[in-house]
Amino acid sequence: MRDVAVSGIGLVPVGEHWDRTLLDLAGEAVLLALHDAGLERVDSLLVSNMLAGTGETPQLNLGAQVADWCGLRGVEACKVEAACGSGGAAFRAGLLSVGSGLVESVLVVGAEKMSQSLGRVTTAGLATAADADYEAAHGPSFVALNALIMRRYMHEYGWRHEDFAPFSLNAHANAARNPHARLQFAISEDAYRSARMICDPINLLDSSPIGDGAAAIVLVPAERLRADRRPNPVLVAASGAATDSLAIHDRHQALHLAAAEASARQAYAQACLSPADIDFFELHDAFSIMAALSLEACGLAEPGRGPRMGLDGDIRPDGRLPLSTHGGLKARGHPVGATGVYQIVEVVRQLRGEAGGNQLARARIGMAQNIGGSGATILTHILRTA
Amino acid sequence: MEVSRHWRLRQQRYALVGEVCPHCETKIFPPRDICPDCGQDAKTLYQFSGRGEVFSFTTVHDAPAGHEGNAPYTVALVRLDEGPMLTAQLTDLGEQPVEIGMPVEMVTRRLREDGDRGMLVYGYKFRPRLSAA
Repeated sequence: MRDVAVSGIGLVPVGEHWDRTLLDLAGEAVLLALHDAGLERVDSLLVSNMLAGTGETPQLNLGAQVADWCGLRGVEACKVEAACGSGGAAFRAGLLSVGSGLVESVLVVGAEKMSQSLGRVTTAGLATAADADYEAAHGPSFVALNALIMRRYMHEYGWRHEDFAPFSLNAHANAARNPHARLQFAISEDAYRSARMICDPINLLDSSPIGDGAAAIVLVPAERLRADRRPNPVLVAASGAATDSLAIHDRHQALHLAAAEASARQAYAQACLSPADIDFFELHDAFSIMAALSLEACGLAEPGRGPRMGLDGDIRPDGRLPLSTHGGLKARGHPVGATGVYQIVEVVRQLRGEAGGNQLARARIGMAQNIGGSGATILTHILRTA
Repeated sequence: MEVSRHWRLRQQRYALVGEVCPHCETKIFPPRDICPDCGQDAKTLYQFSGRGEVFSFTTVHDAPAGHEGNAPYTVALVRLDEGPMLTAQLTDLGEQPVEIGMPVEMVTRRLREDGDRGMLVYGYKFRPRLSAA
């Protein structure tokens, strides 16, 4: 496979965009990314989205619809869906197409519109990430599935709820400096402890907010960026992908993200790196427990020791391994099918030195991990400066 | 409401019928015809005792559409005595606090209903175990 580089990025702020449609949001991100790449057209468009096919007014066939809306009528286009992991899955599909030599440029756009459905309809939509017959039929919301994992984790390893606070505090502190974030404010440890309970032990400040949003990335062969002499080129160093059972109850170990471990191992091997080489990590902190599990599965923390990294300050922008540098799912927001693309756009901003108030002092190798469901579909990408 | 979907699951929902692997003896629930442990064919039916213990649990207040009428309710991961785990609601709890490791047993209860005239869906829930066995 030939080397692939990111030549353009674009994103809209995550929020409640009452006056805008899914197409409108996707269109803005696409045009920003094309402009950034200096292109007017691409060979292929991949749309990542989770929920457009659910709810009261389902819309499928998003590939052609978004292509037409963005002035790209005629290009190859389709949707990629892997629940909350859709964005990472679409990015990987784009990477494989350019890497194969079959196409010369791909635009990956993640778009999600969540503010228009009633809460219970969105809650039911999110539950479609779980097994319909053997999980969802018994009434757990998606939060509840994560709560089942978190309670057992606290039971087995002896952590208290407040030990997870640093994940949320760090994410919010970073989002306060990110104009694209949904929740642009810092939170205190007191606020974390006293937040409203959602599904015990998960409270409101363990949980990421949903939102409307869109983010886009243009991928081209690396040789083309070199020929164009673009400043600060960013290369895709590795892409790992793996799956586990949809249902938590079917897993061999309920507290281990086997697909995260498998996809991270693939990525480290492709990039010829070890976990210690990663400068920063955009992980899938949909709930604070998932941050801990992701760190452990990726070999960045010992099993059962994930919260220790937060308590020791390792995850802050000045720490050993900065996490969620733009606010993460927790505070940038989680427009589910678009989230994986936001993560990679944020990695690219760091690597280019364009992260503004969130810019890290050391950002040469960045990793992003996107999770579909409670651990079923997991994509791990490593990007680096050229 | 998809009648055939619920009808298809009747043996699992009402009687916890799963499978046992003829090659490695692993008990399987939900049934999937392929052993998750050894990867070989596993189509021999096996009825579970319905006894198990709570592996983890939580309370749902903001229920997904279709379950609002029952909220709040307790959802658990239950480890069956024969090995497999499943996701189910706990019921008949009264004032009893739920704990990890609590012995439970299967009962048949209403899972959801579709308005006043719609279908009633029944299936397994788990209650604190009554018998010492």
